[in-house]
Amino acid sequence: MSRPPAKIALRGVRKAFGPKVVLDGIDLEIAHGSSVVIIGGSGTGKSVMLKCILGLLAPDAGEIAFDGQVLTRRSRAEIDFYGRIGMLFQGSALFDSLTVWENVGFGLIQGKGMSRPRARDVAIDKLRRVGLDADVADLSPAELSGGMQKRVGLARAIAANPEVIFFDEPTTGLDPIMADVINELIIELVRDIGATAVSITHDMASANKIADRIAMIYHGRIIWQGPAKEIRASGNEHVDQFVHGRAEGPIRVGVLDE
Amino acid sequence: MNFLATIGRFALAAMAETGRGTLFLKDTLTQGLTPPYYFRTILGQALRIGYNSLPVVGLTAFFTGGVLALQIFVGGSRFNAENIVASIVAIGITRELGPVIAGLMVAGRVSAAIAAEIGTMRVTEQIDALVTLSTSPFRYLVAPRIIAALVSLPILVAIADTIGIMGGYVVGTQSLGFNPQGYLKNTADIIEFNDVFSGLVKSAVFGFIIAFMGCYHGYYSRGGAQGVGRATTSAVVSASIFILAANYALTSLIFTH
Repeated sequence: MSRPPAKIALRGVRKAFGPKVVLDGIDLEIAHGSSVVIIGGSGTGKSVMLKCILGLLAPDAGEIAFDGQVLTRRSRAEIDFYGRIGMLFQGSALFDSLTVWENVGFGLIQGKGMSRPRARDVAIDKLRRVGLDADVADLSPAELSGGMQKRVGLARAIAANPEVIFFDEPTTGLDPIMADVINELIIELVRDIGATAVSITHDMASANKIADRIAMIYHGRIIWQGPAKEIRASGNEHVDQFVHGRAEGPIRVGVLDE
Repeated sequence: MNFLATIGRFALAAMAETGRGTLFLKDTLTQGLTPPYYFRTILGQALRIGYNSLPVVGLTAFFTGGVLALQIFVGGSRFNAENIVASIVAIGITRELGPVIAGLMVAGRVSAAIAAEIGTMRVTEQIDALVTLSTSPFRYLVAPRIIAALVSLPILVAIADTIGIMGGYVVGTQSLGFNPQGYLKNTADIIEFNDVFSGLVKSAVFGFIIAFMGCYHGYYSRGGAQGVGRATTSAVVSASIFILAANYALTSLIFTH
């Protein structure tokens, strides 16, 4: 039985900041078209891993491949990596000097050289896709609520119909209802675009909702991965503790845990 | 031993900072000078850096010219050389005080503003967002600010020179009793092309330092609001020091002959 090549593969990725080892040999394959959620507590290396895949940080060792092509600074440019991915940042990271539609159309104008009027049409279409009216297009991001900013961030991430969309804590800081709305949107958009989705979160409700597969990262390693349905029967006590949100267990959370 | 460790730590930090600054300069030159160019951003920044600094720079230049006239009058009168006021004001302003005062004022205004803006973009992940949207922060953020400052500062200083000399003229004619025609003639006779030109060249260098320090400290800021605050302070302090150091170096190397 032959498997299609992984959309994204991490092999032995290591990253340390000074003496502090954050990623200690990450091996992870993300299949084409799947939705993988990486869970883990704060400070376990989730964000650093995501930044390594995105090329915002350079790993000390190991390699990251996209469609079988090993990513370096040069190869990212050659395969137009950033034109093929979208990213929803935790705080939305909207450009506050630009209007809402300019934010959504930014990658189209700057990255793909689309004209401003056309980019505006696409942006308004994408805003509608995430449930926002055309009349927010000319507002500044600061005039929107946190939930609406998240939607704009989502519209910006999907604007160029990316092959892979990354989500960094997509539900953090939102009320439970808005969080669920965003989860639903993520599922719907990823399915419609046919994209591969990679999310990092510590919100188990969100993970259960959007994941096909879940991987848990702890102390810079993937300690468990499998289909989302099986996470409650993982047989791994670290995973159990995290999934059930218990203070007692093998994962020690101390204020002096340095 | 503790003392030695402190020296060592300081030396290491200084070297790391120098290396990081050099790499930042390299990225600015290699990425910032290649297309696409953001002309609208450059124009907007030139307006912010140059035009909006006019009131501050104009006022300081006026008072500096005025006070220079007063002081030189006092000094000159000790050896019966009061007439030298117009000449010293003209040379002092164009060669030295115009560029330096304008440079330091703009450093305070603009380095801080740039560092705060780019620093906030850093801590809110907007710079990361730029990268994921296929846009180099060096091209989109750093280069336009540096180019704008490089062009604006000489223009600003040319205006500051004029206003500074006018400050000296107003004080000289109104309170020191100089003849207006004589004062102007003295000024025009003494000024050489090189006086003004050397000041303008210096000011272009100052413009580069101002924008570069703002961008550099903003780009590497971390740790939320406090980090941005630290970046802002560092930008102003380092820009001011580099301006004064560069001023001495340029003057002694090129403009004293």
